[in-house]
Amino acid sequence: MEARAAAAPTYVRRESAPRRAWAWLKKRALNIYAGFAIAYLLIPIAVIIAFSFNNPAGKYNFTWEGFTLKHWADVFSLPDLNSALVKSLEIALVATIVATIIGTLMALALVRYQFFGRRTTNFLIVIPMATPEIVMGASLLSFFLILGTPALGTTTLMIAHIMFCISFVVVVVRSRLIGFDRSLEEAAQDLGASPIQTFWRVTFPLILPGVIAGALLAFALSIDDFVVSNFNSGTTVTFPLYIFGAAQRGIPVEVNAVATILFSATLIVMGLTVIQQRRAERMSAMRPQQEGE
Amino acid sequence: MATGRRRLTPYLLLFPGVFWLVVFFVVPMYYMARLSLDSGTIEKGFEFSWQWSNYHDALTLYKDPFIRAFEYAGAATIIALLIGYPLAYAIAFKGGRWKNAMLVAVVAPFFTTYLIRTYAWQTILADQSPVTKALNAIGLAPGGHVLATAGAVIAGITYNFLPFMVLPIYASLERVDPRLIEAAKDLYASSRAAFVKVTLPLSAPGVVAGTLLTFIPASGDYVNAFFLGGPNNTMLGNTIQGLYLNTRDYPAAAALSFVLMAVIMVIVFVYIRFAGSEALMGEEATPV
Repeated sequence: MEARAAAAPTYVRRESAPRRAWAWLKKRALNIYAGFAIAYLLIPIAVIIAFSFNNPAGKYNFTWEGFTLKHWADVFSLPDLNSALVKSLEIALVATIVATIIGTLMALALVRYQFFGRRTTNFLIVIPMATPEIVMGASLLSFFLILGTPALGTTTLMIAHIMFCISFVVVVVRSRLIGFDRSLEEAAQDLGASPIQTFWRVTFPLILPGVIAGALLAFALSIDDFVVSNFNSGTTVTFPLYIFGAAQRGIPVEVNAVATILFSATLIVMGLTVIQQRRAERMSAMRPQQEGE
Repeated sequence: MATGRRRLTPYLLLFPGVFWLVVFFVVPMYYMARLSLDSGTIEKGFEFSWQWSNYHDALTLYKDPFIRAFEYAGAATIIALLIGYPLAYAIAFKGGRWKNAMLVAVVAPFFTTYLIRTYAWQTILADQSPVTKALNAIGLAPGGHVLATAGAVIAGITYNFLPFMVLPIYASLERVDPRLIEAAKDLYASSRAAFVKVTLPLSAPGVVAGTLLTFIPASGDYVNAFFLGGPNNTMLGNTIQGLYLNTRDYPAAAALSFVLMAVIMVIVFVYIRFAGSEALMGEEATPV
């Protein structure tokens, strides 16, 4: 054993430079590969941000012509783009609120109660998530076409967005509810709280992080939705539909600036959520440990 | 009284959601089925007449985009797996202090709009772009064009759905007990044998979920073919969208949508039979 240990360093020292490089590469091959994969994921985002500072000669923003801040200075100067953004926000807000309420109630029922029809309900929740968006969009359009009402527009978009958000809210809220400590509710009831008081004072604050996570996901899904919206919008234009419509005649640089703003805003919200969670974890870690833990 | 109300509570909680999903998801499927059997034109109006030939006619006429949809989606799923599995593995086992940053990088594309991400690829693969010139130099872009080729569409689809591949695989790798791998090595398994016999089977549910989450949306996609493809790269999604929104040949469009869903369901069913079902449905909630 000792002889081998002593021999090893001389062996390494005698290795030629290409061999050492090869050994170094082999050891880090996976990390290098992962680095390339991450570059593949991030490069398009960098391109979007970089081209928001481009000064294209024609309508098309495909070649780098020179740096300018002018599209940032008047980022909200295109009325069509602005109204599309407002429409997207309006639909996303309504869809998020309705889908979060409906989805949270469903999650509560599925986690808390044993009842006839559970499996069917679970299936009903999973199946929209496993259906291609185009089939959802097409079937909903068929439905509205045959009924002839409501007219395609904001209402049909809200109906559609609520529909595809519900399942995701259920899944997120349910995962938070599964680890829920029921003894806290029992304690509240033992101390004379009514079921309604128990819900608002104990249950709701405890499931709130899950509900917020579900709502954020619903909002993200709604504001980003293109396919289902494309089928059910009529003449109404949301942000993704605006981009689709502008694609043929050249997407204005302002769209890149708006995308950069949205990207940064999402990153900040994510960061704040993480910081908030860390703080909550630290707070609960500082609390005196209960007996038996 | 109290027990009666308790028995009703779950149904009351479920009612709004079940109502919404039945009225705006299940019932529309029925209407689409009905529409696919209509005859007539948009000018003369449509009439329900059990027109089964719609299916045959639509599939004959749109055979090419139909086949392309599954070819492109299949190719993109395989490439996403080849990129995504090693990436997920690196994040789970070699990430170290970079782990969270790597996970943020994986979900970062979701922070921008889907259409803008695809539009970015249009910029990256445009004829004048350095990427196209580099690909041309190594002979991968014949004629100096990448846009309007199958490769561009597949690259776009792979990119857009890669996070759906990485996240489930990462989640299943993250749950692998490192002691099992140590045990395999203690029993004289080589690194490779430990990976093949322990890590890979334990991550199979993630692979199943990831491939389905990539393949299902990819096969119905038309955004990538719209931005990155040419007239010879249209997918079934482009056909359905065009028939519904431009040509207004609703029966043919509905028939094609139905066939798309049926084919996906058959593929999913066979795949799950083959790979095990627990992966797709996830953990069933157990009542507390």
